[in-house]
This record gives sequence, C-alpha cells and structure tokens, in this order.
Amino acid sequence: MVDATSSGNGKSGLTRRGLLQGVAAAGAGAAIGSGAITGFPTIWAQNVKDITLVHVGGSYAAIKEIGDQAFKDLGFKIEMQAVDPGTQLNRSLTQPKSIDINNLDSSMILFLAGKNVVKPIKTSEYKLWDKTVPIFTTGKFPDGTTIPHEGLSPMKGGFYTAADGKKMATGPTDFLTMVPTLFNADTLGIRPDLVGGRDKIVSWKDLISPTYKGKAALVDYAPVGIMDVAMALTAAGEMKYVDRGNMTKAEIDKTVKILIDLKKGGHFRAFWSNFDQSVNLMASGEVVIQSMWSPAVTAVRARGIDCYFAPLNEGYRGWFVGLTPMAHLTGLKADCAMEYINWFNSGWQGAFIAKQGYYSPVPATAKKFLTADEWDYWYEGKPAAVDILDPYGHVMEKKGATRDGGSLWAREGKVAVWNTVMDEDKYLTKKWNEFVSA
Amino acid sequence: MKLSPALISWLQVGPLALILIVFFGLPVLVVVAASFFDYDHMTVIPTFILDNYQDLFSSDVTLRLYLSSLKFAAIVWVITLLIGFFVSYFLVFHIDSLLIKIGLFLLCSVPFWTSNIIRMISWIPFLGRNGIFNQMLQDAHITSQPLEFLLFSDFAVVVAYVHLFTLFMVVPIFNSMARIDTRLIEAAKDAGASRFAIMREIVLPLSKSGIALGTIFVVTQVMGDFFVVKVMSGGQSASVVSALSNQIQQLEYPPAAASAVILVIVVVLMVAAILRIVDVRKELAS
Repeated sequence: MVDATSSGNGKSGLTRRGLLQGVAAAGAGAAIGSGAITGFPTIWAQNVKDITLVHVGGSYAAIKEIGDQAFKDLGFKIEMQAVDPGTQLNRSLTQPKSIDINNLDSSMILFLAGKNVVKPIKTSEYKLWDKTVPIFTTGKFPDGTTIPHEGLSPMKGGFYTAADGKKMATGPTDFLTMVPTLFNADTLGIRPDLVGGRDKIVSWKDLISPTYKGKAALVDYAPVGIMDVAMALTAAGEMKYVDRGNMTKAEIDKTVKILIDLKKGGHFRAFWSNFDQSVNLMASGEVVIQSMWSPAVTAVRARGIDCYFAPLNEGYRGWFVGLTPMAHLTGLKADCAMEYINWFNSGWQGAFIAKQGYYSPVPATAKKFLTADEWDYWYEGKPAAVDILDPYGHVMEKKGATRDGGSLWAREGKVAVWNTVMDEDKYLTKKWNEFVSA
Repeated sequence: MKLSPALISWLQVGPLALILIVFFGLPVLVVVAASFFDYDHMTVIPTFILDNYQDLFSSDVTLRLYLSSLKFAAIVWVITLLIGFFVSYFLVFHIDSLLIKIGLFLLCSVPFWTSNIIRMISWIPFLGRNGIFNQMLQDAHITSQPLEFLLFSDFAVVVAYVHLFTLFMVVPIFNSMARIDTRLIEAAKDAGASRFAIMREIVLPLSKSGIALGTIFVVTQVMGDFFVVKVMSGGQSASVVSALSNQIQQLEYPPAAASAVILVIVVVLMVAAILRIVDVRKELAS
C-alpha cells in the first residue's frame, strides 16, 4: 500500500530537511483517513512558496482544479495552460523555457525525444513506478498477455535507451520518457436512440456502412482519423495492413482513395476538428456515429441526450498521456518538478480524471480518493449504486447505469492499436489534405 | 529653423514605414526564407531546396484548392456587391433626413457588435437537420424531409461569408455615394434621364472607387479564410488556407510557408488587377 511507503519517506524527510507547509496539511489529511499523499517533504517550504511551475497540456489533462490542489498539497504554484497540440509542440521545440512541466500526449514524444528539450526521468526518482499498471512497466496486461504492438505502445513510447535521452528504446529500461498520468481506450461515439438501440452497432465497420450514409463523422486530424478508418476498413475486410500504426505509402494511398470515394458519395456529414464540434454534431443529431473522445460522450450525456462509447468487436484505439519535466529546469525548480510529478499520480488527480472516464496508471492511489460506489462504477464496470457525479459535482449518470465496455481491463485489455505518428506522417498529411479538399 | 520639405516627407512616412517594415516586411521575408527550407519530423532544416514549390505546383490539390477559394470569392463578391450597392443607394438617395440616414447606417453595423465567431456559429443551430429553419419549413408543410444541404455545405459557407462581409462592401460604397453631388442627379432628371440611365451614367461611375475598395476587402478576406470554411462546411470543403493550417498543425512549416507565399502573390495580383480597373487614387483625390 502507498501509505506504508509514504509515511516512511515522510519521516526521513521530516527529520532531515524539514516540512512543506502543504505536506503538513496533506499529512493531516492522511491522518484523518483520506490518505494517499506519498510524503514528499524534501524541500523547504520557505523556498518553494515563490516557485511557480508552468504546466502545459491539452484541455483534457491540464485542468486548473488539479493545479490548485497541487498548490494546497505541495506549497508551490502550478500555472495550468491548456493549449492545442500544435501550439504545445511548437512551444516545446522553439520556446522550451516557456514550459516547466510538459503534459504530453504519447505520440508527441516522437517529436521531442533526443532534441534536448525534455528531461529523462529515472525510474528510481518516480516513487510509484512499481505500483504502475504493467502495460507501462513490462508491456503486459495483468493476465500476462503481451500488449498489442501496432502504433506507439507504452513499450515503444515509454523509454529511452540511456540516461542521456538521445534515443528511444523499444522495451523497459530505467529511463522514462515521461511518467504516464492517464490512459484510456477510444472507440466510436453512437446515438443509440437514432441507430435503433445499443445492440445495433458492434463493429468498427459500421463507421463506413451505407446504413449511416450522411450521418457519420470523422475527426479531421490525420494521425487519429486514418486509424479510425483503418479499424473500419479492416473490420469490413476491405483492407489488410501490415501495421495500422505505421502504414506504408501504398497503404495510405489505398486508404485515402477509399475515403475520398466515401466522401464523394456523401457518406460523411462532417469532419470535426475540436471537442465542441464533436459534441454538437452528436447532440444535434446531425451525426449518429463518429470518432469521439470519451469526455465528449460525457458532455452529450450531460445534456440529457443518450450517447455512448460503443464496445466494438475489433477492440479499442488506446492512448496514454504523461508528464515530463523540461530539460532547462535546474536546482530547486527541478526538485519541485519531480515532487509535482510524484504528487500527480498520488491519487487526487487520478480520482478527478476517473470521473471524466479516464484511468490512472496507478489505480490503487486513485481508489482512495473515490467513494466505493464511484470506484465500482468507473473501474469495476458495475451498475452505479448511486447517482454518479462528474468532477464538478453535476449528476452525469443516474443510479443503475453501467459504464460502456465494462471494467478497466475488460476495456483496456481489448486495445488493438495505439495512437501514434507514423514514419510516413509527412506523406499522410499531404494525402489527408487531398482528401479534405476532394 | 525651417525643416526641409524632404525631411518633412520622411517624418510623415516614417512611422508607417517603420511599422510596415517591422510587422509586415520582416515576417514576410522570414516566411519566404522558410519556404525554401527542408523539414523532417518537427525540425526545419535550413538548406535551400525548391521541393516545397515543386510539390505545390505538381499537385492537382493546389489547383482544386484555389478553384474552390476563387469560387467562394466570386460568389460572395457578387452577392455582397449587390446587397452593398443597393443598401447604400437606398441610404444615400432615398432617405432625406440625415439623422435617419445615420441611424439606419448604424443599424447595418448591429451584427458587428458581437464577435465573428458567434455570428457564424449561430447559423449552425439555425440551419441544421433538426434546426429552426428546417422545422419551420416542415411545420409550414413546404417540405416533408429536412433539407440536408442547408448546413455543412458550400451553401452554408456562402451564407456565413455574406453575413460576415457585407458591411465591408456597404461602408466604402456608402462613402463614395454620399459624396456624389445631388445636383448632378437633379440635373440629369431635368434633362430627361431615366432612373436606370442615372444609375448607369452617374451613380455607378461615381461609386467605382467604393466598389473597388469593398471588393478588395471582401475578396482578400475570403481568400485568406479557413475558419468559416472549416466550420460551416463541417470540414467538407477546403480552402487554400485550411490546407495550409493542416500543415502548420503538423508543424510542417516549410510547405506551409511556400503555399503562403503563393497565396500572397495571387492575392496581390488580384488587388493589382482591381486597382488597374479602378484608379482608386484618382477617384479619391477628385
């Protein structure tokens, strides 16, 4: 359990270096039973109160409430900046000093590794590594089977070969590219009321099925859009790929050609490029089946409109997100960054994002900040024993509802491909533009 | 001490020249330079290659994108010109009271009190499959099925453009019409000219500069847009800039720079052509 280690670490920290104001409070919290702060009082409270860390990430992960809680627990300020992926990569590469903590979507690491902008993390510095789910640490599911290799799996995206962070490894080492902070499995969003019921759509091929002509939508972002289509085409038996996570030019050509034919035939109602658009397309009934993110499904449901994330026969498109400190950090700021990263998976954040439908890579810590009913609903896939609230306290599921796809491993265990950026991404962008302009 | 005329001129053009050089000239130079660079996975490699331009000119996507943007520009130009011209005409020649004239003119600008994005987005629930307009048509038994072409189509894009840009036509045309000496029109009437002849021989030629300026505003904005096309067509249509913005999203700056350079050249040529047809300077000076 986390408590045991935490109090141990905490004690040595207390006697040796002193105590953070925030951790004192957290300690009190732990005493009254809420518990999972892992004890990081390794930095002087006096010094850290002037520290501000700039945390940059996507809107689904860089959430202000999480930064505010970190300030309460740790005593230094976190400035959350939610930006779009292009801006984030751009800033990471051209103005790396404008970021302290980089909240990376896994595929971003491919662009940043070896460029001396992000700092490798030793597994020994990250206190929760041994409690992290095995898909990140050993590349196995809890039942011992190996995770799929198509796309950027946690094995291909998670490690450097050496401490210098120059090259990425293909399996576990002691040098992490980032500390994974949330993961999930995506599928298609469906309007069950408009397709004739929840049992109607069971395969990815329905995305391109003529039944939904004029009522399907796709995300207008090539690396993800092409994968959703590849899942559909494989399911329909129209295409076979060697590796859907790393297509050849010929495979891209064929896929885009099919896409263009579909588009010309009026199959797609729209191509969305941001969260709100995807929510509105679904909520207004313009679209009944589409690429979607889990919080967008939640947002549609929050409007009282039935929408679900369909568990499909061919499995899910998996992805993960993590934190990495930037290379320019030194001294106290670097220490604070590591404290913050260690704090991040210590439970509060994991419980917060659980209520958005995301999983924590260290579920045991998140569990302590969830009620038993919430845990059963989000992680165990059991029917809700009470009304389920979103992170902001609004009712989002009525008593009795179950999560689409079931328990954590019933969903995550069925990941078939991982989000990635392909070797031929230059070519893919070009072909995608052809498709959009067709 | 008296300043020399040359110095006075320099002082007069100085501030604007400085702003143009720093905020326009230099960035354009950077873009031009970047358009010759190579690139790879997020890194821009500063060499000199022509591949970006070669790709651009050898791809039929480029032509399709320009045709699509030009099509939108032409349609929107015609519609905004017609609306702009007649609104201005009405305001200038049919309203006698200056107060009402100014009041109505301000009324034209009411939509501009909210942001572009809100004005555009508000069309979506209106035109949607289950939107207000479709419901109205069905309730009135004019249609039995919702009209799908209303939203996420070229039609929707044109509607939004017209809504967004008509005022840019109204203002300059109103301005040039307002300076037409009404005695000219009285005289023409007295000499027996028909209303159509007055329009053709007097009003139209004398509002040429306004039409030209309005045209420049509208055409350059449509050519440079990607957001309206993207949102209102639901990603179904593309424009020159939307393709460019896709490239920027993937951080492929050199090809995006190359297509920006070509776009600037095309738009400059279009503006030059307009200015060639209408000598705005002469018209404004008279």
